[in-house]
Amino acid sequence: MYRYDEFDRRFLQERVAQYSDQVRRRLTGQLTEDEFRPLRLRNGLYLQLHAYMLRVSIPYGALSANQLRMLADIARRYDRGYGHFTTRQNIQYNWIKLEDTPAILAALATVEMHAIQTSGNCIRNITADPFAGVTAEEIEDPRPYCEIIRQWSTLHPEFSWLPRKFKIAVSAAIHDRAAVHVHDIGLYLRRNEAGEIGFQVLVGGGLGRTPIIGKVIREFLPRQHLLSYLEAILRVYNEYGRRDNIYKARIKILVQALGIDKMRDAVETEWSAMDHTPLDLQDETVAEIMQHFAPPAYAPPSEDDDARLSAALAADPAFALWFEHNVAAHKVPGYAIATISLKPAGKPPGDATAEQMDLVAELCESFGFGELRVTHEQNLILPDVRRADLPILWRRLDAAGLGTANAGLASDIIACPGLDYCSLANARSIPVAEKLSLHLAEREHEIGPMKIKISGCINACGHHHVGHIGILGVDKNGEEFYQITVGGSADRDAAVGGIVGRAVAAEDVNGAIDKLLDVYLKTRTDGEDLPATYRRVGAEPFKEAVYGAR
Amino acid sequence: MVLVKGDRAVTDGWTHLDDEAEIPAEGPITVSWSRWHRHHDVLHRSAPLLGVRVPNTVAVAEIGLAVSNFSLIALSFPSFTDGRAFSQARILRDRHHYAGELRATGNFLRDQLQFMQRCGIDAFEVPERAITEDWFAALNEIDLFYQPAADNRPWILRQRLRSAPNP
Repeated sequence: MYRYDEFDRRFLQERVAQYSDQVRRRLTGQLTEDEFRPLRLRNGLYLQLHAYMLRVSIPYGALSANQLRMLADIARRYDRGYGHFTTRQNIQYNWIKLEDTPAILAALATVEMHAIQTSGNCIRNITADPFAGVTAEEIEDPRPYCEIIRQWSTLHPEFSWLPRKFKIAVSAAIHDRAAVHVHDIGLYLRRNEAGEIGFQVLVGGGLGRTPIIGKVIREFLPRQHLLSYLEAILRVYNEYGRRDNIYKARIKILVQALGIDKMRDAVETEWSAMDHTPLDLQDETVAEIMQHFAPPAYAPPSEDDDARLSAALAADPAFALWFEHNVAAHKVPGYAIATISLKPAGKPPGDATAEQMDLVAELCESFGFGELRVTHEQNLILPDVRRADLPILWRRLDAAGLGTANAGLASDIIACPGLDYCSLANARSIPVAEKLSLHLAEREHEIGPMKIKISGCINACGHHHVGHIGILGVDKNGEEFYQITVGGSADRDAAVGGIVGRAVAAEDVNGAIDKLLDVYLKTRTDGEDLPATYRRVGAEPFKEAVYGAR
Repeated sequence: MVLVKGDRAVTDGWTHLDDEAEIPAEGPITVSWSRWHRHHDVLHRSAPLLGVRVPNTVAVAEIGLAVSNFSLIALSFPSFTDGRAFSQARILRDRHHYAGELRATGNFLRDQLQFMQRCGIDAFEVPERAITEDWFAALNEIDLFYQPAADNRPWILRQRLRSAPNP
């Protein structure tokens, strides 16, 4: 993974000092709250319902064991002993004191971490496929490009005061595990006919109150132009993006207003007018960054590896179930990618205690090369586990409450913090997710792959629009209700789900979801996921099941 | 208001004319973008040194066409969250090679100065009470950069190909 050099370290020290001084000026009254707000936000510090929340950046979801130990340490020292992994592959702490934040950031800097641009109207943490670099189904490792974008976007002098936040996602694989289509800019790494590396560039995707699937602005952008083309898009957005209405300020609204063709013209015009030579990536620059992502020293598989694994699978059905759902193919023979579910039935999705973080740090050293990943679905990934080690790994995980065999299943729910923490929320998300995951745990293996996503308000941090089943909390005269959507997808076939009908009360959510799932099970053909069934049969059977025939 | 250039406060030698005000007999003046548009012939005949005050909603390409007429361009920050003028500044410097004074006016924060400077802004019009003793330090809080900008300072992705920085 990427390791800081002297430049990065010195830069980060300067940045910690700068932020610490901003806090000092706030505490001594030199800065008003209005003035301090955009400064703290650009450093990931929100003021929530009960306390400050600090969101720490995990660039494209990649973490080292020592970084995870530091995150655990911060949870213990400055929070209530746990942290919450988010849909931007970051971690957030919900019970932070403003006065402690300089010390927290200084501590994070010692392990090459920070909270820069995890909030505010600027370019946010770059997200990526959590299987990047280890999955067999990718064109090339996208992480070096993520790192290049991360560096370029850090304290960008021109694009730090945009109309609204700006999110970029990158994937190089057949399956999209990064929700690329619902980002302000989505990048799919691809090769052209000449075999050169470049990107298909999407623009104007997003969720929130106006969910829009991103559109292709360029079919193939040669990699050397990556940064100049991003600057051209950002520049058009900075000039023409709306600033009169916070809900219409994302780039998706600009793209919708102009149409993708006019947007493309505007970007191409800007791109041709600008001098790209300073920003064009030289091969040496890319090669230098790529060195950080060189494959580790994988061991050749030994002869009895598969025999040991098969024996364990035969002997232990619980392990076999975990293997079936939480283990994915690795590009290197003898290795596997293991998903550690942070979704035990009945618990808040994405939370991990300090003790669990310490354990996972140790496990990624014992069963891998000391690295792990955070997924946008709020789970953790051990990217390099020897197949023969999977049984013992699972026993260790299971003993710590981390062995839930539900990756990609119905109880693997994405949920935002909701009204339990968030000052924007209309309704609670976590209790709904807890009850639903308990309820679905029994039948989820029969259902198969299923993505349920819950947001506590229209801002859609829980990605409900693109859930196979989406649940949106709404407030009706002070009471919490939940609107249900069906047929959404965040994969390559990205789609916004359709609303099933009027919102239901919290106690009716489980029953309504059951009815939707019954329709799906009854209607699906072999291998068809819910979005595919929905595309084939439409919304009507689902509506009828929940609300009765019209 | 105080005018800050480089690392010190200086006297603003410019007269900033309202749209109705008469052109003084001598001395440099600034006018609004719309006044310049309507009366540029007269203005150029009467004033040896001319500056223009540009709203951040004017297409920068239009300003670019006219840069050779101006010795001062005052950009507008109506609020510190409105960052349009950052792009205007960069394009005026990088694309239109504007070499005169580029002045920030309006409502901005000390903590934005370095971003402004990197985009090519070299003068700042600020309320006197805003100039605290650490005001000038803001321009030097960070001295390593991850991207090229109008200030032509080295940037890390390129720098590290050459050598490590001095410790």
